[in-house]
Amino acid sequence: MNHDQLLNPKSLPHSPEKATLEGKNKFLGLWFFLGGETVLFASLFGTFIALRNSTAGGPSSEELFGLELVFIMTVLLLTSSLTSVYAMYHMRNHDFKKMQLWLGITGLLGLSFLGLEIYEFTHYITEYGFTFRSSAFGSAFYTLVGFHGGHVTFGIAWLIVIMIRNARRGLNLYNAPKFNTFSLYWHYIDVVWVFVFTVVYLMGKVG
Amino acid sequence: MSIAVSESSVKAQKRSIGAVLWDYLTTVDHLKIAHLYIFGGAFFFILGGIEALIIRIQLLVPENDFVTAGFYNEVITMHGTTMIFLAAMPILLGLMNAIMPLQIGARDVAFPFLNALGVWLFILGGLLLNLSWFFGGAPDAGWTAYAPLSTTSPGHGVDYYVMGLQLAGAGTLMSGINFLVTIINMRAPGMTYMRMPLFTWTTFITSILILFAFPALTVGLFLLQFDRMFGAAFFDVALGGNTIIWQHLFWIFGHPEVYILILPVFGAFSEIFSTFSKKRIFGYTSMIFATMLIAFLGFMVWAHHMFTVGMGPIANTIFSVATMAIAVPTGIKIFNWLATMWGGSVKLNSAMMWAIGFIPSFTIGGMTGIMVATVAADYQYHDTYFVIAHFHYTIVGGTVMGIFAGLTYWWPKIFGRVLNETLGQITFWTFFIGFHMTFFIQHFLGLMGMPRRYWVFLEDQGLDTGNLISSIGAFLMAVGVIVFIINAIYVWLKGEKAANDPWDGRTLEWTTASPPEHYNWKQTPLIRGLDCLWLEKTEGNGKMIPAHPLKDIHMPNGSILPFIMSVGFFIAGLGFIYQTDNKLWYIALFGGMAISLLAMLVRSVQDDLGHYITKEELKGEAE
Amino acid sequence: MTENTNTNQLTDYHKQKNKEEMKRNVISFALMIVSTIIAFAIVASGVMDRIFAVFLLFILATVQVAFQFFYFMHMKEKGHALPAVMIIGGTWAAFLTVFGLVAAVWW
Repeated sequence: MNHDQLLNPKSLPHSPEKATLEGKNKFLGLWFFLGGETVLFASLFGTFIALRNSTAGGPSSEELFGLELVFIMTVLLLTSSLTSVYAMYHMRNHDFKKMQLWLGITGLLGLSFLGLEIYEFTHYITEYGFTFRSSAFGSAFYTLVGFHGGHVTFGIAWLIVIMIRNARRGLNLYNAPKFNTFSLYWHYIDVVWVFVFTVVYLMGKVG
Repeated sequence: MSIAVSESSVKAQKRSIGAVLWDYLTTVDHLKIAHLYIFGGAFFFILGGIEALIIRIQLLVPENDFVTAGFYNEVITMHGTTMIFLAAMPILLGLMNAIMPLQIGARDVAFPFLNALGVWLFILGGLLLNLSWFFGGAPDAGWTAYAPLSTTSPGHGVDYYVMGLQLAGAGTLMSGINFLVTIINMRAPGMTYMRMPLFTWTTFITSILILFAFPALTVGLFLLQFDRMFGAAFFDVALGGNTIIWQHLFWIFGHPEVYILILPVFGAFSEIFSTFSKKRIFGYTSMIFATMLIAFLGFMVWAHHMFTVGMGPIANTIFSVATMAIAVPTGIKIFNWLATMWGGSVKLNSAMMWAIGFIPSFTIGGMTGIMVATVAADYQYHDTYFVIAHFHYTIVGGTVMGIFAGLTYWWPKIFGRVLNETLGQITFWTFFIGFHMTFFIQHFLGLMGMPRRYWVFLEDQGLDTGNLISSIGAFLMAVGVIVFIINAIYVWLKGEKAANDPWDGRTLEWTTASPPEHYNWKQTPLIRGLDCLWLEKTEGNGKMIPAHPLKDIHMPNGSILPFIMSVGFFIAGLGFIYQTDNKLWYIALFGGMAISLLAMLVRSVQDDLGHYITKEELKGEAE
Repeated sequence: MTENTNTNQLTDYHKQKNKEEMKRNVISFALMIVSTIIAFAIVASGVMDRIFAVFLLFILATVQVAFQFFYFMHMKEKGHALPAVMIIGGTWAAFLTVFGLVAAVWW
């Protein structure tokens, strides 16, 4: 196989993301990276759970959190997970335009999630004076949720780069693995969020 | 873009220093990256060795004042940190990088770009950490950096520790993922899992450990960084923080880390025992499962470093039992090595001497391991020289001896020269005797109550002679290392070019040139069984059968981007450290990050398709 | 690597399969949303005992994550044995980490 076949294939196989060795490598490498990320987030969750009642006289999670906002954020992120599934569905059907469309929707949902998170953080800081430095609970909360938010931010930046870069060249065997790894990463962000809303917000409300 | 293409054609000519430097800065070749790892690791090994000698000079006589107490704290901290993160691990990663692709019949690793990024992150992380010596003092909270000692340590020493290890750790994580994917996806035809040489197997399992252990360190370092630089309260008890969290996170990483250090050399020893006994390794399958079992158990024992913290009798008991269980798979390995030698035609050269010397040394370390794993007794041993003796017996008697063994064994493959045997024997005997002199006596110093990390000891408490002997031993070890370096330089200047297969080897790496071409083989070999080269020697014509006719070879392109990215993170690290003093340092922080992110962006939008070495070029080269 | 591209072209068979797959994904999405609503409802109504509520929340989270992994990330398909091994390994290490930090922290 030469470079031209890679970039301008006459026809695509039904799984273009895993047709080349590079594609297979990227696929496995990203999965293994996610295995490592599991331990990374576990360390943050463990730290948070150990410190969640260490409020040092400041506001506790029951006083702080409102379920409505978190519910909206959850639905936004869950839906963005589904839209990226749609994008991959169209990639397997070699429909590049529809794939880009669904990826765009995924990015917009991610951005609105991020906007709400920023609003949430500023709300806590201005209304309650609850900051990163006010207590061990504050440090743990902003670190855990902030690490997740950082992952979302990175994901959106990644998405924008590969969407713009490949906008005019269509699907090929070189960029298909990139779209696929992005989508796996994006699902994983959603997986982490499921535990964030369960452990931080819902358990925080239950007490 | 095609730096690598011209490489083979100009290889024979003398190249300017600038060209060589540029070649190494942009290389993505696994063997050149191995060179960088080994040279970098050796540099830091010498630094760590000098720090060790300073410790032993200070403890040569009672109430010595060779160094001040504060400087002593910096030296012990940097000795431990340097030896673990910047010497032992990188040299092992170098060996893996050089040998593992050759053992499975791959032309390179799965992600050559990430491989280069990993080595530059390690080198610049190590330099960042050691810059602290020149700017206000090195970290002084011990290599474990326990909070609150580390959070309250004045100056920027511990900040350098945090940022330096963060960089180096990120690089190691990338290498781990890289090796896993390489072994899974890039084995030559016929190379099934159960035909892989044991060094490849231990590389595989070590990489799994790296993958699951390093993220805990990453988080621990972030928490420490946030506390020290941004006023967070994770370890600030006044604001509800908890210092035990650091200990847990550090050891959840730290205990698998010691298996990351020992498992690769177990693999190297297996190769050496088998090659120089002229026998198949005894119990190949049980070796693999023992390695897996060690790795599995290695994750469930971290709290044995924390018996005296006050976790309670139940937690202590569980971790104690789990720790002792590790002796079983390790014992299986020791017996397998002995059984490999039994009845074999053993050749006692220096590589084999290291391997044979390793067995009793490491067994002593394992035995004292059982002793310190006994909770009730550990209250006595904790933080004494007994513990120092124990872990030096495993890390020096295991890892360092393994590194010497592996380097001696694979030196011809990595550098194209066979090391001088006489000098090799001198290195072995001085180092081996020096090692036991230094550390055996420390068991008894510890039992007599000498605490670790103390700057001085008093006269006439029964500690004088022991410490003197220990210090003399340390100098013997230094002599051994110096002879090894002389050996390396000597054979480079005077030695003959090594043959492809100087040891009458059994595994695939001995079928390439010494050192191999950057594409390793013209035709990928077909693997017909375990110890595949030996199989061809006994059943075939002594050469591997090619798996395919001669065809174009696809190779990755070199790139300067990994270096630029690492420099960016290095600058950002300095920014993080000093932004607490002056807000202007935010320029360095954001500037460095911008450089790295920009390099990532360039990498992402660039089509890096690699290049081909054509059939015609390959035919043009002599067999 | 892809010399056999031509035999691998997109057929109606694959299109049909992709469609069925997508249908299953939409169903799993619906189930995920439902379990999210149940979780929030449990907490918002406050009817449940604390211990029981926490237990149930974790089960719901696990179920939801299983859908993500097995359906959205295709872990149920062939060729995912090693990703599964690594995710399970990571989960085991993660469990130990959280367990250590929750249960064996000295107060």
